[in-house]
Parts: sequence; C-alpha cells; structure tokens
Amino acid sequence: MIAEAGLAALWLAAALAAMQFVLAAIAVRRVLIDPEDGSALTTDLIGAVRPVAIVQGALAALAMALLIAVFLRSDMSVLLVAENSHSEKPWLYKFAGAWGNHEGSMLLWVTILGLAGGAVAIFERSLARATLTATLGAQALIALGFYAFLLFASNPFARIDPAPSDGQGLNPLLQDPGLAFHPPTLYIGYVGISVAFSFAVGALVARDVGPAFARAMRPWVLGAWIFLTLGITAGSYWAYYELGWGGWWFWDPVENASLMPWLAATALLHSVTVLATRDGLRAWTVMLAVVAFSMSMIGTFLVRSGILTSVHAFAVDPTRGSFILALLVLYIGGALALFATRVGTVRAGNTFDLVSREGALVANNLLLSVILGVVLIGTLYPILAAGFGVQLSVGPPFFNKAAGPVALLLVVVMAAGPLLRWRRDGLRALAARMGAPVAAFAIVLVAVLVFGGGISLLPLLGLALAAGLAVASVAPLWGRNLLRTPLFTWGMVVAHLGIAVSLAGMASESAFTKQTLVAARVGEPQQVGPYTVTLNGVSPVIGPNWSALEAHLSARRGDAPAILLRPQSRFFTNPVTVTSESAIATVWDGQLYTVLGQIDGAGRVQLRLWWKPFVTLIWLGGALVALGGALSLVGRLLRERRARRRVEAEAWV
Amino acid sequence: MKGGVKLWLPLLAFAAVLALIAMALYRPADRTVYSAMVGKPLPAFDTPPLLSGKPGLASAAFRDGKPKLLNIFASWCVPCAAEAPQLMALKAAGVTIEGVAIRDTPQAMRDFLARGGDPYAAIGDDKASAVQLALGSSGVPESFLIDGKGTILLQHVGDIRADEVPGIVARLKAAQ
Repeated sequence: MIAEAGLAALWLAAALAAMQFVLAAIAVRRVLIDPEDGSALTTDLIGAVRPVAIVQGALAALAMALLIAVFLRSDMSVLLVAENSHSEKPWLYKFAGAWGNHEGSMLLWVTILGLAGGAVAIFERSLARATLTATLGAQALIALGFYAFLLFASNPFARIDPAPSDGQGLNPLLQDPGLAFHPPTLYIGYVGISVAFSFAVGALVARDVGPAFARAMRPWVLGAWIFLTLGITAGSYWAYYELGWGGWWFWDPVENASLMPWLAATALLHSVTVLATRDGLRAWTVMLAVVAFSMSMIGTFLVRSGILTSVHAFAVDPTRGSFILALLVLYIGGALALFATRVGTVRAGNTFDLVSREGALVANNLLLSVILGVVLIGTLYPILAAGFGVQLSVGPPFFNKAAGPVALLLVVVMAAGPLLRWRRDGLRALAARMGAPVAAFAIVLVAVLVFGGGISLLPLLGLALAAGLAVASVAPLWGRNLLRTPLFTWGMVVAHLGIAVSLAGMASESAFTKQTLVAARVGEPQQVGPYTVTLNGVSPVIGPNWSALEAHLSARRGDAPAILLRPQSRFFTNPVTVTSESAIATVWDGQLYTVLGQIDGAGRVQLRLWWKPFVTLIWLGGALVALGGALSLVGRLLRERRARRRVEAEAWV
Repeated sequence: MKGGVKLWLPLLAFAAVLALIAMALYRPADRTVYSAMVGKPLPAFDTPPLLSGKPGLASAAFRDGKPKLLNIFASWCVPCAAEAPQLMALKAAGVTIEGVAIRDTPQAMRDFLARGGDPYAAIGDDKASAVQLALGSSGVPESFLIDGKGTILLQHVGDIRADEVPGIVARLKAAQ
C-alpha cells in the first residue's frame, strides 16, 4: 500500500500546485488592476496561496519519503525497486538508491522544488504582496509541469506483476556513501535556484524590479548557491576517488551541467548586490535569474535524456524527452518572452563610473558570462557536429584553453573589485591599494620560475594570481575592527580567499603531479614523487555484496613511519561489474593516490601511483567558498531581522 | 516599447539551443563505432596451420587479385557456432573464406568443424591473439572483407546474421 499512498500524495501535490497557480493568478490580476484593492476576496485569495504552497511541498516530501520506504523494504513488486535495487544491498544504498535512477531522481527534483516554494511561503516577509503572490504562482506553475511529467511519463510507484524474487541491483559505481549526499546537495542548489527564477517572473509580472526585490531575492540565491558550491565540490572529490582516474574535473557534460548554473548563480549573486545596494543593473539581474534556473533545467534534461553521453544518463525514451522539451519551451521560452515584453517598462536604474565597485562587478558578470558561454558551446558542440555526421567529443584541451585565460582575468578583477569604492573611484588610488597583492603575485611568480622547473604558462599564472588574490581578498579587513566588521564582509573575504586556495590547488596539481604506471612484484620498491612505494602482497577480501582483491602497499618518505595503503579491485555480481577502489593517503602537502590494476600470470601486479602536491587545496577552497556564502547569508539575515525589529519597535512607540 | 529587438535576443538564443536539442532528441546521433582499419592495408602476419591437412594463413594470400573474407573465430566461442550456417551459405555463394583461430587446439577445432561444417580454405593458428590485435579486433567472431590487393574494405564486428549474407556477397562481387 505504501507505493499507492506515494502515488496518491503525488497526485494531491499536483492538484494543490494547480490550485496554487490559479489562486495566485486571480489574486495578482486583481491587485494589478487596482493596487489599492483591499477587498475581502483579494485578501483571502492572497492569504490562501501561502498555506497551499506549504502543504504542496509537504505532500511532495511525503511522496519522496514513501519511495524511500519501499526501497528500504526492498518491495520488489515496485518496478523501480526491482530494476534498481537488490535485497542484499547495505541499507544506506537502498536508501540512497531511491534517487539513483531516473524516476527517483526526478521525484527528488520535484520534492525540492515543492519544498523551496513552501520555504518561500513560510519565511519570505519583506516582499510586496503582489510580487510574492506572483512568485508563488510561478513556482506552482513550474512544479505542475514536473508533477505531470512524473505522473504521466515517469511514475516512480508503478507496480510489476508478477513481482521478481529479487532486484537487478544498483550500478556499483554508485555504491558509495557519496551517493547519499552528493545528489541531494546538488539538487538543493540546482532546484533551489528555481526560487530566483520565480522571483524574477514574479517581479516582471508585478512590475516591481528594484532594490526591495533584490534584497528579498538575495538570501534565496545565496542559499541555493551555497548548496550548488558544496555539491560541485563534493561531486568533484567523489569522482576523484571513486573513478580511480586520478583527475578531479573531466569536463564531462554532467559536470558542465552543474557548472553552468553555478556560473550564472555566481554572476547573479554579484549583480543582485549591485541592485540591492545601488539600484543598478535591473534588467540584467532579472535576466541572470532566468538564465540560472534555465541552465539547471537544460542541464538536467541534457544529461538525463542521454542526448549527451554521460555516466549520469539514465535510460530514457523519446516520449519522456519530448515531454521535458515541451516543459523547457513553456518555462524558459515563457520567461524570456515575458522578459522581452516587460523589461522595457522597468526604469533604468542608477548609473556609475567604469572604475568603481559596480564597474568591477559588471566586469565580473561579463567574464562569468563569457565562461558560461564557452562551457555551453563546448557542451553543445558535439550535438551540432553529430548533426553534420561528425563524431567528436569536446574535452579538456578546448575548455582549458578557452575558459582558462578568461578565468585568470576574472581572478584579477576579483582581486581589485572589493578594494574599489561604490559609484566612483580613481585608478591611482586603486593602484596604491593593490600594492601588496601585486607584490605577492610578483614574488610567487619569480619563486616558481626559479624553483618550479619548466612549468607551463597557465599553472604558473594560476599560482602567482592565487597568491595575489589571497592577499587582496583579506585586504578589506586591514585597519578594521575585526569584531565590528559585518558578517557578510567576512563572508566575501572567506569566499574570495577560498577561490584563491582552490586555484592554488588546481595549478599545483596540474603543474607538479608525478605519475607512474608499473607492473610491480612483491617487495620491489617503486618511486613516485617523494615516496617509495612497496608492494607487500595481495589478498582477497569479501564485502557485503562484492568480493575484491586488495593490494597491501607501504609508502615511505624519508625517515617518517611508513603509510599503509590498500587499494582494491572490487567484483560485483549484481550487475556484474569490476570497480577500482583507490587508496589515498593525505599528508599536509598533498595526496598519494594508488590504484590497483590487473594481475598478470607472472606474479606481477599493475599499479598506478600518483603524487599530487597540494591537490587537497582544491576542495578545501571549495568548502571555504561555501563557508563564505554561509557567513554572508547569516549576516544578511541577522541584519534584516534587526531592521525588522527596529521597524516593529517604532510602530509600537 | 523601449529596447526593441535587442530584448528578444535571449529568446532567440534559447530557440537556437532548443532547436539543437530537439534535433538530437528526434534524430539520435549515430553511435556506430566505425572501424579505423577500413581502407588500410592488411597488417602482415604468417600463422602456421592448426590442423594437419589444412594450410595455415599468411597475409600474402590476400594479394592474389581475388577478394576474400577473413574470419577471426574460435571453437570455444558460442556466437561463432551460431555464425557457421551463414559462413557455409557464403561459401556456397562462391566466397573464399580464410580463417584465423584464436587460442584454439586441433582437437576442439575438428569437433567444431564437424558440428557446423567447414567453410574455410585455410585456418591459421593464432595462439597469442597476435593477428587479432594487429587487426584491431576486440573479440570473436569478426570478419574482414579484403580486396585483391590486400586492402581492408569492411570490418564486421560480431557474428554475421542471415540477412547480412547477400550484402556481403554483393560487396565482394563489386570488389572484383
């Protein structure tokens, strides 16, 4: 009965979404005709939208919970469970396996969409009533389409009769604790940005694009962006240790699909600040809000539909593809058409000088957009080429060359931006403030040239610019009382510092990695970077639903005690697959990464060994960026609450 | 209206992306892996006979002006057994079939030929899969169409099905 209850919850949620949209549409229409309309009907309509949105979100979450329940119980009479799970799996993978497939992941998508709408309904206080109601209406309309998609084309609760005795199992690559955290985190970011989209649509419908709208939207953008940052960072680390290829970013279509909304959201985060603080960039901010979620939807569709070959493509049939395509046309096309017809009525905001904080933020936005464009073109180009009968894939050589230099230029702007004043500033004053960062840049540049030994240009610039950016990002704190510095300034400092840290890790990894592939005999020492790795033996290991060969390695560096590593080659029977479980040793200045390969008949064991100096900085930086976002968010919310308290206190007087 | 045409540009750009996606959705990309060996000369090899009474096979045999079919197979391979009737049909249609047996033994091969018939003019013994690797062949069975000058015309991965026989005969006739 659990599956039927889940399906019922889904239908009810869809019905409520329809109701939410209709109520909101009528209410907004009445308010737009007469902004002073205080009639009981209008007030009731507006009052009804919020609770409906909350219950809709709760019902979607209930459906998701019930799907997880059937997975945990290994109810093989549910088609999805039979196709994607197995009763012998550890419970964590039964739990996470609920979204390790097409239908379940779409349900998770809609659940987060519903919950995000519910959260807006509960927490959003500062927005004008027409704008908020229009926003909730837009959110309901998006949800409605995806509920329809689930109910008519991807029912996760469908039964199978007769029920098979056991399931077909989960892709072993997904059998990792990462599956429990990575998709939900990324989805919260991906779909959370839908709120910005709905806000933009709401503001366009209510003709209310201004600082108040920007201030209301900012925490939601920030929240989604934090999760997106965490999701991408965690996903990168997951791919790094799980795939056993030693790389941390592959420019795989699905990585691009998560990077594109992140780029747009990052641009939005900065332009929304200009709109909130200086009332500039009105149309541009609205545009970015639309683009950010559009990128989420297009990204989801591209990788899920199998149009782009990817490890994340779940099987799909053309009906589903057409359905989602229609939704894309409706939502993105609709929003862009609304933008084209309405944004002309948005008054131009304040203007500013080229050399100013706003100017730097505009440069940031343009450069981020260029990178976004490069990634989008690189991702779609194989489709275009296939249209002309050419098979090709676009990989690191294109992306690194095309996006790398732009990203480095962006780092320069990032270093200068926070040191500029709002509205107007002088180049000479900026040059004086940039003294220390430029010195740091020059010192590292020379040091790496002297000691780095034959480093190529991009990593060299990367290391030097990382040093300059690190100094520049903490510069706004100089001479300030650190305790009285607002939390969101701390947030900016930490986030920018995180980019510098991450950049240093990327540059160091690409410039100084040492790799060897050897066929090792027991007892033969192998050299990789500063480490001497010895194979002590190979032994079989039995896991809950796999068996493996495990190599026993000991790695020595100087006089330090040996580090023991145990990479495995795992064999799964349901479905039959072999995966490599790398063994990684983390030390203060990098990681030793070991992978076990084939064992030949002559007693030799294939080993792949990497020494990656400072590679951990990449993810540490990503975590810092997210932490900066969180500090910023808390800072903004606290300030908003204080302001509201003050207003309420004055009202009492 | 202010802004005019410029404001519709995002929608236009989206329409272009959409058209691209729709194209890919309704006309899925050709995911056939095309052989890199087509048009290349047959790599040189010389394999000893596997069975007494049946010659071994050397690459020189494919340069006598007569197009032939080179079949990479093994007695231990189930799809090869399924392919045997099609090879017999090709032989009946006048096609010369040369074989290279991968990691095989004479006794197993004799049994295999006794069960499914013997379409082969020669069977080379490739114990180390050397010929197979040189041809860029990843498994058994695979067949190569070779013209009279030793150039590869076609690589057929997997067993030849009954409906593919006429096409192969036609290609060989055309190559004469």
